Amino acid sequence: MIRTVNLSKKFGDLNVLNNISIDFKPGNCSLIIGASGSGKTVLLKSIVGLHEPDEGEVWYNDSLYNQLDFKKKKEIRKEIGMLFQGGALFDFATVEENVMFPMNFFTQWSREEKLERVNFCLKRVNLINANKLYPNEISGGMQKRVGIARAIALNPKYLFCDEPNSGLDPTTAILIDQLIYEITKEYNITTIVNTHDMNSVMEIGDQVGFIHKGHLVWEGDKNNILSSDNKELNNFVFASNMAKRMRDMMSEHKQ
Amino acid sequence: MKAALELIGKYILLMKMVFSRPEKARIFWKQFFIDAERLVLDSIPIVAVISIFIGGVIVIQTAYNIENPFIPKMYVGYMARESLVLEFCSTMIALILAGKVGSNISSEIGSMRITEQIDAMEMMGINSSSYLILPKLAATSLFNPLLMLMSFMLGLVGGGLIVIITGVVTFYDYTTGLQYAFRGYYIFYSMVKMSIFSFIITSVSAFYGYYASGGSLGVGKSSTKAIVVSSVSILVANLIITQLMLN
Ligand SMILES: Nc1ncnc2c1ncn2[C@@H]1O[C@H](COP(=O)(O)OP(=O)(O)O)[C@@H](O)[C@H]1O
Ligand SMILES: [Mg+2]
Repeated sequence: MIRTVNLSKKFGDLNVLNNISIDFKPGNCSLIIGASGSGKTVLLKSIVGLHEPDEGEVWYNDSLYNQLDFKKKKEIRKEIGMLFQGGALFDFATVEENVMFPMNFFTQWSREEKLERVNFCLKRVNLINANKLYPNEISGGMQKRVGIARAIALNPKYLFCDEPNSGLDPTTAILIDQLIYEITKEYNITTIVNTHDMNSVMEIGDQVGFIHKGHLVWEGDKNNILSSDNKELNNFVFASNMAKRMRDMMSEHKQ
Repeated sequence: MKAALELIGKYILLMKMVFSRPEKARIFWKQFFIDAERLVLDSIPIVAVISIFIGGVIVIQTAYNIENPFIPKMYVGYMARESLVLEFCSTMIALILAGKVGSNISSEIGSMRITEQIDAMEMMGINSSSYLILPKLAATSLFNPLLMLMSFMLGLVGGGLIVIITGVVTFYDYTTGLQYAFRGYYIFYSMVKMSIFSFIITSVSAFYGYYASGGSLGVGKSSTKAIVVSSVSILVANLIITQLMLN
């Protein structure tokens, strides 16, 4: 369980996050949606502690995370897996070494044990026979898979994904979404996914929060998204002409 | 002025982070040897070539400048040795390394910053600054003084080659001069300088890389800044160390 209470973050004079209070439940794939620049990445990074929030609280279960000292924070960080927007794979390391990286730091496993875990994780994300390749030798979709494999390497309790399917073709995007969803359910992880992709929302959103200019303006179940009367949310959801046409057709159909 | 002070404060804080909470010893040593190879061993060829040529040039210049028949010819060897050990092999080589090694470090760390690789390490609970910077600092500060020794010897060899080829002075005069009034302390002084210069190059370049922002353009800018700032710092440090150690 992760909870933010009145979380605010400024960069200079720019209020990027304003009083965000939201809960994320274990075993749930919670989606943060919003337009580009609305503050999704900053919210995620504030929750994991890569940004220091100016005001408010971030709770991981019973720990007030943003007030912990480095050592205690580190303990929680070991339980967090994060998939970055660009993959953030270490380009000096092979696929295998990337997934093994956190194990080198935080386990006393032998090389065989580590390799076994690496291969398990890579298999889980359906990536085989790529162990010895470098990040610049594999496709964007494969990079995301490696990113997920690395994120789950140490059995995280929490999984954060920043725009996991940006830059991917629609088919691959759905596969990556589903992978994140399955892993969440399989290991009962508290998962938070940033996205601006409505497909993802419909596919994997157990719970949805919509951010507009740094404010959490709507929160709820994905099934209520289409019928919401929140103006900003409507503009976001029905941004494309196709979506608007479908909405109009649907309402004509009802009448 | 305020900006400069802030920058220095930020640099000191980063160094504090680098030296606190180091990661596992095994991981450190592994990275240490990788960095020693990439940052020090790989610099040998360029340092060697430059040292041989400069040794030669110093000999020619000194020889043609000593026209007074009362100054003994062996002074050529003596002068070559003194200028090599006092300035050339430490300060000049350090300035060259600031360009070569400094830009390498800042662009490497900078690109890790903008592609969120550093964030990824921090997220795992790794002290990224220590993991990335400490082995580089240790490798260059420890081994570059040996590079300075090598440069010194090759400079003398370069001078010797020019003596043999051109015959500006006799080889005997040259080697006599090399041994004249020799002070081992100068070599020590020069190695200390090189060690401090290396610390400056590595830490300043790592600093600019670590706080790089603004895409690949930003990484380019920060590596230019790294070279300029470390070069100027080397010159200032040279003045201070010389005042302290040769007075
Ligand atoms: N490190 C930073 N410094 C200053 N401004 C930032 C920084 N990171 C993000 N911002 C600003 O915060 C706002 C929200 O950014 P972000 O969270 O990245 O949006 P997105 O919803 O697309 O992920 C943007 O206006 C961005 O310019
Ligand atoms: Mg973003």
